Amino acid sequence: MTMPQHLLSIILFTPLAGLAILLFIPSSQRTLIRWWANIAAGVGFLVSLPLILNFNKALDGPQFVERMDWIPSLGVQYLIGVDGISVLMVMLTTVMGFIAIFSSWDAIKEREKEYYAMFLLQQTGMIGVFISLDFMLFYVFWELVLVPMYFIIGVWGGPRKLYAAMKFFLYTLAGGVLMLLGILTLYFQHLSQFGRPTFEIAELMKLNMPLGVQQWVFWAFFIGFAIKVPMFPFHTWLPDAHTEAPTAGSVILAAVLLKMGTYGFIRFSLPLLPQASSDRTIVTILAVLSIIGILYGALVSLVQQDWKKLVAYSSVSHLGFCTLGIFALNKAGISGSILQQINHGISTGMLFLIVGVIYERRHTREIKEYGGLAHVMPNYAVVFAIAMLSSAGLPLLNGFVGEFTILQGAFDANRVWAAFAVLGIIFGAAYLLWLYQRTMLGEVTNEKNKGLPDLKWREWAMFIPLMLWAVAIGVYPKPYFDILEKPVARIVERVHAPAVAAAPAVKSLEAVSR
Amino acid sequence: MSAYYTGNDHYVLLPALLLALFGCAALLFDFCDPPGARRRRWALFIVVLGELFTGAALFRQQTFLMANGGALTAFHGALVIDHFALFFHWIFLATTLIVALMSYRFFELKDESHGEYYGLIMLAQCGMYFLASGTELVSIFIGLETMAITFYVLVGFLRTELRSNEAALKYLLLGAMSSGFLAYGFSLLYGLAGSTRLADIATAVAARGAWDPFVLLAVATTGVGLLFKISAAPFHMWAPDAYEGAPTVVTAFLAVGSKAASFALLTRILMGPLGPAREAWMPLLIAASLLSMTFGNLAAVTQTNTKRLLAYSGINHAGYMLLGLVAGNATGIQGVLVYLLVYAFMNLGVFLVLASLSRQGLAGDDINDLHGLMKRAPGHALFMLLFLVSLAGIPPAAGFWGKYYIFLALIETGHTTLALVGALYVAVSVFYYFRLIKAVFIESSEGDVPALATSFGTRVALGLSGAATLVIGIYPEPFLRLAQLSISR
Repeated sequence: MTMPQHLLSIILFTPLAGLAILLFIPSSQRTLIRWWANIAAGVGFLVSLPLILNFNKALDGPQFVERMDWIPSLGVQYLIGVDGISVLMVMLTTVMGFIAIFSSWDAIKEREKEYYAMFLLQQTGMIGVFISLDFMLFYVFWELVLVPMYFIIGVWGGPRKLYAAMKFFLYTLAGGVLMLLGILTLYFQHLSQFGRPTFEIAELMKLNMPLGVQQWVFWAFFIGFAIKVPMFPFHTWLPDAHTEAPTAGSVILAAVLLKMGTYGFIRFSLPLLPQASSDRTIVTILAVLSIIGILYGALVSLVQQDWKKLVAYSSVSHLGFCTLGIFALNKAGISGSILQQINHGISTGMLFLIVGVIYERRHTREIKEYGGLAHVMPNYAVVFAIAMLSSAGLPLLNGFVGEFTILQGAFDANRVWAAFAVLGIIFGAAYLLWLYQRTMLGEVTNEKNKGLPDLKWREWAMFIPLMLWAVAIGVYPKPYFDILEKPVARIVERVHAPAVAAAPAVKSLEAVSR
Repeated sequence: MSAYYTGNDHYVLLPALLLALFGCAALLFDFCDPPGARRRRWALFIVVLGELFTGAALFRQQTFLMANGGALTAFHGALVIDHFALFFHWIFLATTLIVALMSYRFFELKDESHGEYYGLIMLAQCGMYFLASGTELVSIFIGLETMAITFYVLVGFLRTELRSNEAALKYLLLGAMSSGFLAYGFSLLYGLAGSTRLADIATAVAARGAWDPFVLLAVATTGVGLLFKISAAPFHMWAPDAYEGAPTVVTAFLAVGSKAASFALLTRILMGPLGPAREAWMPLLIAASLLSMTFGNLAAVTQTNTKRLLAYSGINHAGYMLLGLVAGNATGIQGVLVYLLVYAFMNLGVFLVLASLSRQGLAGDDINDLHGLMKRAPGHALFMLLFLVSLAGIPPAAGFWGKYYIFLALIETGHTTLALVGALYVAVSVFYYFRLIKAVFIESSEGDVPALATSFGTRVALGLSGAATLVIGIYPEPFLRLAQLSISR
């Protein structure tokens, strides 16, 4: 099979092309709009298949690289490419994006055209984030993602949608702008050391910066990424955004958008600022925040009355595992973290879809409204069980592999961390099982729940691929670890390389300008 | 051509001459034709024709500079055409043209049909010409007053509307005061140097040093006068009232044209004659910038009137641009230029949409008037989204590149704290821009809402500003090149 030359660009711009055509369909043609959006997203997924099929995991460094000058006077390039980490993220995006759009078929009944337009725009933004090898290009895509999500929450969301959408936007934008300051500092350092303007990540990695500058840039990045993840204490926007967003919005938010933050840590913070990222104080702070996130998220999930909010807080807990794995700074931790990001996308995506299914039928998310649903909707109960167990980390399902590998890494780094993280897993099992018990098991106590229809074929169609994927990772995770082997080894090597002795006298910020 | 008016002088002065001539032609046209649609059409035609000729003259200057480099001076160093000035002349030209196009329908609906309006905006542009090109205090001051006086008239142009009158009076009083400050500062500078040419003043100021009491006094008075004109806090009080009361199209012109011209002058004076006194004006500028961002942002958050909101947002933007001057290096100046360029298009665009909401007896400037715009006029709504996102500085809209340069310049010069403050205020500003976006896209309109006031002209104007905002955002390279040229001396 021959590979098209601009495969990555095709993957990147397919949703945008779909959006361009969508704009010409009149708003009254509702069925056509839905069909077209699904086709565009489906094609978006299909064109991403050659990427994973042709990806060579034996090669080091980025593949499918495309390079073009974009703004030469600033040194900004259109430079894209994928390594093992980003290829998985791209696949996650195209799959979850398709499923999210597909799941909206019946749920969205007003302003469909704008709704699907926002999703397609967002697809391009998210893919762009994961494949950019130029920091400014990355930043443009990073910010591009915000606007569609604002509208998805703000227009099609629940009762407090305006508050939630604004909070989401303000938090992530503030983080993004601070990150921009960090990017500009790197750019300027490179300019003064090498005399050439560039935002190319591979070039920026050649920088030799004193620890002080690295630390300040690290914290600037940290704010941007930690808000996105979200890490404790920047997580407060997440429950609001998740609870108010329409189902598909929550799915994309949990499955892909949050991963942009963790991806940022792995792609930028660690390799670009190796000394700062392995600085003892910083690592300790990050690990402690992650553990607080794990435990806090789990404990808060335990007391939620709202089904969707419970899933939202569980994300805080699960993402805590991901960041803990990253800052274990070893192979097991980082590759476990990346796998767990995929897992979280699958299982939490499923959990949000499950909430969406019941919400479409009953229009309430209060847990106490339900109970005994397994009698009325047996198939639904089975799907929920699988999603729940995958999220709780049952062996032979995907969550187990990820969490186990992260724990391994954390254990190597610091046994106390691992001990606390295990506690988080136990809490996780507790709130999920209790949720299941309260909603699915027992007798049907609420009259309104009698006679609820079970899963429709369309709902089956969105769950089956995710369930298969969850089982596949759980049973045979080796391909994922293989694909992650090289890039993760490179990052670990870089972080643990001894600091270059006697760094060349880097001109201080003030000295260069005057 | 005599010794007092050489070919070179003519070449430099030509665009201003054309503007004055066509402006007067539009004024005089009022006598030739009875009021009505025909008169309006002809007046607009005169403006477009005049701008075409001016554009051609500017283009000739541009090609000359590109080929020969350097700068063209005229009238014994009273005027200069360099890339810096040309950059601004293009901004003025685009602004005036867009304002003229959007005014046609606006005044038609207000039943105002005065050719003098079109004459005045061209004369204002003529005044701006001297602000960007002047290198001698008297010419600068005359240009400033030409611009200011036409604006006093324009702000009060709707004679029958009380708000317009009130705004004009306030603007006149405060504007006159700021002109007084400026004249005082200029006289001190003249006193220091014994010459009105900026180059001589620079030498005199350098000889005396930054902390000489007369230099300090001159810096303070000139600074206050100019900060007034760019509506930077704490000298911003006139802006919200003037913006709110003025006819929307004039507000647009005031917000963009007047601000750009005053910034051109501010940059030239601070980097030129007052350059040696940098230590003296730096704290003043930092304070003004921080105050502008703080007042502008915090006051904008609570506004319910769109034009007032944009006035405060303009104060905030002035604060950012001042940061570029605070950094004062090549990147910073370039940043001011790029910022003003993108600010012109995105701000004009927002006002264009607002102007199309206006009707006889209906101002259309309440935030509620924007409700449900997406349903009523999706095209306008999408343009509005683009402009607001750009004002908020979110890529890939053009506004981002302005902020990019400002932040980069601050980091280069080690003003990390200022950069942090500026970054955090971006988040605050997003709050009120998104209030407008929310009104347009999420809220729905109640009751009977009149259709939008559009015409071929307004659509062209909207298309121009929208295309510029998008193109500069996605492919800024040529525009950045132009800005780069203008700082290479």
